[in-house]
Amino acid sequence: MIYEKYIRVLYLDLTTKKIRIEHRKDLYSYLGGVGVASKLLEENLKPELDPMDPQQPVIFAIGAASTIFPVVTKTVAMFWSPLTGELGESYAGGRMAMTLFLAGYDAIVITGSSSKPTYITISRNNVEFKDARAFWGLSCDEVGRVVREREPGGGKRSIIRIGPAGENLVSYACVCVDTYRHFGRLGLGAVLGSKKLKAISIVGDRDLPIKNFKDYFKVYQEIYNKVTDTSIMSKYHDAGTPVNIEPLNAAGGLPTKNLRQNVFEHGDKISGETFAHKNLVRKMACTGCPVGCIHIGQFRREFDKGHEYEAVSVSYDYELLFALGSFLGIKSSDEVLQLIEVVEKLGLDAMSTGVVLGWATEALAKNLITLEQTLVPLAFGNTQAYITAIEYIAYKKNEFYSILAQGAEKASEIYGGKEFAMTFGKNEMPGYHTGYGSVIGPTVGARHSHLCNGGYSIDQSMKEFDKEKLVEKLFKEEKERCMLNSLIICLFARKVYDRETILAALNSIDYNLTNEDLDAIGERIYKTKLRIKKMMGYDGKNVRFPKRLFETPSMSGQLDEKVAYELLDMYNKKVEEMMAKEDA
Amino acid sequence: MPKVLKAEGMNKCIGCFTCMLACAGVNHRNHSISKSAIKVRTSGGLQGKFVSVVCLACKDERACAEACPSGALEKRPGGGVILKKEKCIGCRKCESACIVGAVHFDEDENKPIICKHCGVCAKFCPHECLEMEETANDL
Ligand code: SF4
Ligand code: SF4
Ligand code: SF4
Repeated sequence: MIYEKYIRVLYLDLTTKKIRIEHRKDLYSYLGGVGVASKLLEENLKPELDPMDPQQPVIFAIGAASTIFPVVTKTVAMFWSPLTGELGESYAGGRMAMTLFLAGYDAIVITGSSSKPTYITISRNNVEFKDARAFWGLSCDEVGRVVREREPGGGKRSIIRIGPAGENLVSYACVCVDTYRHFGRLGLGAVLGSKKLKAISIVGDRDLPIKNFKDYFKVYQEIYNKVTDTSIMSKYHDAGTPVNIEPLNAAGGLPTKNLRQNVFEHGDKISGETFAHKNLVRKMACTGCPVGCIHIGQFRREFDKGHEYEAVSVSYDYELLFALGSFLGIKSSDEVLQLIEVVEKLGLDAMSTGVVLGWATEALAKNLITLEQTLVPLAFGNTQAYITAIEYIAYKKNEFYSILAQGAEKASEIYGGKEFAMTFGKNEMPGYHTGYGSVIGPTVGARHSHLCNGGYSIDQSMKEFDKEKLVEKLFKEEKERCMLNSLIICLFARKVYDRETILAALNSIDYNLTNEDLDAIGERIYKTKLRIKKMMGYDGKNVRFPKRLFETPSMSGQLDEKVAYELLDMYNKKVEEMMAKEDA
Repeated sequence: MPKVLKAEGMNKCIGCFTCMLACAGVNHRNHSISKSAIKVRTSGGLQGKFVSVVCLACKDERACAEACPSGALEKRPGGGVILKKEKCIGCRKCESACIVGAVHFDEDENKPIICKHCGVCAKFCPHECLEMEETANDL
C-alpha cells in the first residue's frame, strides 16, 4: 500500500461468500504487481487438485506505482492456466488499476466457487456478492452495459467481465476490462467461468493525500515530459501497434496462413496505415496514460435488406491483425474487424483463436479432420466460415469444437498435425517469426508469451546472431520485466522507465531503494514463478518446437531445429544455476 | 487580462484522466481523482463520447455564489468564483445551485471543490482538449 510498509490484500471466498483483509508486511519485499501476485499464487495454489478445481485461486494485483505516474496502468492476474496447464499470468489496462488503487486494495485473492452465477462489487467500504443469474449467457458488451446501469460510480469505476466462452470453459477465454482492454491470454475467462463469476465492478474514490508533493510532482513532470515531448511513445499513438504489420511483412517476419508463409501478399490491405485510413474513428487511453494507444476501428454492417446498416466499433492492435488477419489469410480491414467483433462479444483470446483456426484450416485441407466435424468449410480468407467457427468454439458446438476449445496443442494431439500446431509451451504463437529469439523467447518465457522477455525484439535489434548473447539477453530481460511488472508499467513505456527513472519515481513516494534492490526484486520474482511452474508440473526439458518454425524462413533466414534445442539447453542451464544459488 | 478555462476540444479527448490527476495533485495535494475540479466522464459507457464537467466561468451573475449563505464564494475577476474556505460551512447549497453540476463536493473536507481556473489541467492535457482563454474583467 502506497506510503505504508505492507501490502493490503482482499480475500474473497465465493463458496462461503466471506471476505477478509490482511496487511501483509512480508510481501513488501516483492514490491507489488507480479511480485505480490506470484507470492500469493504460490501460497494459495493447491497443486494436488485440478487446475479448474473451485479451490484454486485467482489473484489480481496492482503495482507499487500504479496510476500516479504516467503510463503505469496495468493490473496483473495470476492463476493456473487451463490452456497450458501451468503458470497463468496476464495483464490488462483500462481503469482497473486506478479503481483498485483508489478503493485501497493492492491485491485480491479469489477462491472457491459460487453455486449460482454471481457478480462482485468492490469499493473502499464495501464488498458484495450479487445475483448474476440473469446475466449468464450475456455477451461481454451486454453484461458491461447492464452492470454499468445497475451499479454506481461512473467515471471512477471499472467493470471486468466474461462472455459465453468463459462460461463454457473454453481454455482460452479472456476477461474483458472496460470494453476495450483484456486479460487476454491463457484462459482467465474460463477460470472465472468455473467459479461462476460473471463480473466484478470496482469503484475507487478514497481520499489519498500526497506525502512529499514537491519530490513527487517533480518526478511526475519529468516522466510526463519524456512521454509526451519525445518520440519514444509517439508511434503507439499515431497509427498504433498495427504500424508494425508493414515492416514485419516487408522483412519476412509476419506469420501468414498458419505460418506456411512469412510474408502476406495482401499485407498492405491490413496494415496500420490502411486501418488508419479506412476504419480508425477514435483513440483512447488507459487511466493515467497520456499516450492513448487504444485504436478504435469502425465497420458498417448490413443487418437487414433495404439498406439497413449499423456502425460497429471495436478496438484493434497488432496482435489481432496478425491472428485474425494474416494468419488466416484475411485480406481486408473490414473483415478483420468483423472477426474481432465476434471474438470480443464471445470473450475469447483473439490470438489463440486465430492460431487455433489456422491449425484447423490446414488440418481440414490435409484431411486430418472432415467437413462433418468442422461444419463450415474452413479455408484461408473465408471470413464467413471463420465467424461461424468462432461461435462454435465458444459454444462447443460438437465434439470437434469442444476439443478445439482446448487449444491447438490438444487438438493436434488428438487429430494429428502437431508439426503445424503453432504453440509455444501449449500457448498459441504471437505474431512474430523474426528469428531464434521469437522461437526461444516464448518457449522459455515463464508464461510462454512474447512479452515475457521480448525475444522478437531482440531478433530485430541484434546485429549479428550470437547464441550466448541471445540467451543472456533473454534471461536478463525476463528478470527485468519481472521487476517492471511489479510497478506495473505498460511495457510500451519500457524505454521511458529506465532504472534511474524508476528509482526516482519510487523514492519520491517513500520507498528507499537502490539499483541493486531492483535487481534482487526481479530475480526474487522470477524464482517464485519458476517454483510455481514446477509445482504445476512444468519441466523446461519437456518442450517441443512445431516443425513448421524451421520450414518457413524467418526474418533472419531459415532456422535450424538443432540450434533451437541447443539454445533451449543453454537457457535451462542458466535457470538451474539461478535456482541452485537460492537453495545454497 | 484574466484567464478562464475552456474545455472546447473534448472531441479530441482520449480519456486519460491526466487532467484530473494533475488538478487533484496540484490543487489538493491528493492522488485521488475525486478531488479534481474537472471531471471527465463518458456519456453512455466507454463507447460513448468523453465529456467534461467543469466550471464554465459564469460572468456577472454566479448562481453558486448567490446560493452561498455565508459569503464563502467570491466573484473571481473574469468569471467563476473563489472559495474562501474559512467562511464555508459545508451546506452544499452551491452544489445544487450550479446547473451544469460543476460544483463537486469533497466529503472528506466537507467543502465544495471549486475550479480556480489555474490552468494546470490544460497544461497537462496531452491532446489540447482544454485551453486557457483571455477574457475581460467583469468586475
Ligand atoms: S461553479 Fe457553476 S455557477 Fe459557479 S461560476 Fe462555475 S459554472 Fe457558474
Ligand atoms: S483550471 Fe485548475 S482548478 Fe480548474 S479544473 Fe483545471 S486544474 Fe482544476
Ligand atoms: S487530460 Fe485531456 S485527453 Fe486526458 S482526459 Fe483530460 S481532457 Fe481528456
